[in-house]
Amino acid sequence: MIPEFEKFKGFKAKNLPKEEPLSPGHRGCQGCGEVLALRMVMKALGKDVIVCNATGCMEIITSPYPHTAWRVPWIHIAFENAASVASGVEAARKILARKGKIPKKHVDILAVGGDGATGDIGLQFISGAFERGHDFLYVCLDNEAYMNTGVQRSGCTPYGAMTTTSPPGKKSFGQVTWKKNVPAIAVAHNIPYVATASPAYFLDLMNKVKKAALVKGPAYVHIYSPCPTGWGSAGERSIEISRLAVETKVFPLYEVIEGRYIISRKITKPKPVSEYFKGQRRFRHLDEEHIEYIQRKVDAEYEKLLRLAEMG
Amino acid sequence: MSKRVGIEVSIAIAEAVGLAKAEVIPAYPITPQTHIVEHLSEMVANGELDAEFVPVESEHAAMSCCCGSSAAGARTFTSSSAQGLSLMSEVLYIASTMRLPIVMVVANRAMSAPISIWNDHQDIMVQRDTGWIQTFAENGQEAVDLTLHAFRVAEDRNVSLPVIVNIDGFTLSHVIEPIELPDQEDVDRFLPPFKPRYKLDPRRPITMGPVGIPEVYTEAKVAHDMAMKKAKRYILKAWDEFAEIFGRKYNPIESYRTEDAEVLLVTMGSISETAMTAVDAMRDAGQKVGLIRIRLWRPFPGQEFRRAVGKVKVLAVIDRCLPPGAMCGPVGAELRSLFYKIPGSPKIFSFVAGLGGRDVTVERFEEIVDKARAFAKKRPRELYEVIGVREK
Amino acid sequence: MANSDAIVGWKTITFGCHILEPGNAANFRTGDWRSQRPVVDKEKCIKCGMCWVFCPDMAYSQDEEGYFVVDLEYCKGCGICAHECPKDAITMVPEEG
Repeated sequence: MIPEFEKFKGFKAKNLPKEEPLSPGHRGCQGCGEVLALRMVMKALGKDVIVCNATGCMEIITSPYPHTAWRVPWIHIAFENAASVASGVEAARKILARKGKIPKKHVDILAVGGDGATGDIGLQFISGAFERGHDFLYVCLDNEAYMNTGVQRSGCTPYGAMTTTSPPGKKSFGQVTWKKNVPAIAVAHNIPYVATASPAYFLDLMNKVKKAALVKGPAYVHIYSPCPTGWGSAGERSIEISRLAVETKVFPLYEVIEGRYIISRKITKPKPVSEYFKGQRRFRHLDEEHIEYIQRKVDAEYEKLLRLAEMG
Repeated sequence: MSKRVGIEVSIAIAEAVGLAKAEVIPAYPITPQTHIVEHLSEMVANGELDAEFVPVESEHAAMSCCCGSSAAGARTFTSSSAQGLSLMSEVLYIASTMRLPIVMVVANRAMSAPISIWNDHQDIMVQRDTGWIQTFAENGQEAVDLTLHAFRVAEDRNVSLPVIVNIDGFTLSHVIEPIELPDQEDVDRFLPPFKPRYKLDPRRPITMGPVGIPEVYTEAKVAHDMAMKKAKRYILKAWDEFAEIFGRKYNPIESYRTEDAEVLLVTMGSISETAMTAVDAMRDAGQKVGLIRIRLWRPFPGQEFRRAVGKVKVLAVIDRCLPPGAMCGPVGAELRSLFYKIPGSPKIFSFVAGLGGRDVTVERFEEIVDKARAFAKKRPRELYEVIGVREK
Repeated sequence: MANSDAIVGWKTITFGCHILEPGNAANFRTGDWRSQRPVVDKEKCIKCGMCWVFCPDMAYSQDEEGYFVVDLEYCKGCGICAHECPKDAITMVPEEG
């Protein structure tokens, strides 16, 4: 039982915070789902936060010298180490508060990175930070490839997807491996709170981010972030696609609170994955056989999740 | 009263970091630096030092953690060597251009491959251009004093650059020497609390680490280079203040029996002590030999070096690293640059010795001086010579 | 990303390249990027705020009457607001010229 959650009432559509810790004028693409998700994360956290950002789309679009879209303290060091930088900030503030050099008021420490920064090059770093138990939250904004460098595949690129380093051709059909389950890796570290979220379900997303911040110790939130540029989808459909990902069980929404799985949104009448693929050029090349395989695997993964939830 | 004790140099360095009241210590162990971080961890566990010891999962994480900690306004220390130092390489550049005053003690060790835990200067020469202020300690007392000096200089608001103190791995880190550990009161007088120019704080939100578009990158680099150059003044000033409080005076370049020398040896680090013994032996035998020791490596104190050389005609420079395919070792190259086309400049001969823990003895120094004299008469075919290497 | 604000000298560039003015990206008019613009039909609008919630560019704000108004300085014309509006009260019209 997490005592901090007892008092947390949750955000309601009528009382969403009006403050924008992220300013307009950032250089994001039209219809960027990731910056929209980031905006929601920041709204949930408010101004008493220190952000440690990994190299990636969000870092690039929000900090082209001499402009910054950040209205809160923000630091960027390198690609893989947002979690280590956050560990350093956390340790520093701990000792500085202890010595009376800064006020004891709690400030959230947020480490944020893309799927590459988190699940590939940064995996060691979040593993260490989680194991050491620092009081911070890590948000992964997953647009399913290395988008900032030009749409190359990552460990989180979904099976069959086209990227510049997993292109379909005579000898290949796209990404040949299944999406790496980074939330499961977070759960394996026994941290108090892990969750998945989609910007289409913004209240759910904001509540999860707030809960992750309230938890004492490490917390991890994995957020699905559509990239119209990289996925070859229409910018205006970014929220629609975020909704379809959940409705087709491709990206299930759940929380893992102290090791107990809780499904956020049980999908009893799922839509077929073929509907999810429509309008995303990165899946256009997939044939019937692959789509059937993906459907079977998506169903199996969802079943696994249901069983994990029952175990709790 | 400060006490003079027989103490292992690594332990003494840890004690110095404790006297400096370091606040965050992200650390990853690597031979031969382990005793430093082990002792620091003990000091924190025993309540002797109120700090956050962060046992990170790699050296890259250590330096990344240092950046976060320093940016948040805490006095930050770490230590590494060789492979670990290389692993954190990308972050070293970032720490210095972001002006984060981190202090690191490097226990100099050879680079793989073949893997070697023994002492030479390759590891720090690989990181030569990272923009950190760099000093070399010759003995245990210096290791302690330079560590305290490092915090003072790094955090000086006119400097605000990270500092590396180099100590020879095993040769210094693992030996027991008589060292005077300063009084806490004196250290407090020398080292005021850390007051960063900027820090991460919601009360004054700033952005650190933006994208340096081509319109500004050159200016950013020049500003950093200028900061390095300007730092020399404050490095020297801090050594003056150190002398006033602790009674030991350090100079960027030290001269030993150079007045009427015909040949000058040039060394950095602990082999300087052997070199002094060798100079004494050669002087006793009637040779006019002297020694220049470099204590401040970056920013390189060119003025002071030229002054130390004076009118001497022959320099025998000892490098403890061998960059493949280069014209000569880094110290040799630096000095050849320094004296390029300056009238009356000495002949500079480059020698490589002491790689991977091989001893540089008094006899080797005598050999180097003989060779330098011979080269002064007849130019050598090669631009540098490796001393003490077996052909068969 | 070329920017006349970026013409600084090595003597005047900020310490460590830090940016000291929070949120000054708001000086950059991303509205110049768009090729279509949202138009709200106030008759259909129920003031639910979904347009404001789902705007990646923080371009919507609420006026005194409670209607959500788009700031054309920043709107990139992505069309998410029009696509998500539950009452189809927003239409994307092409920018002239």
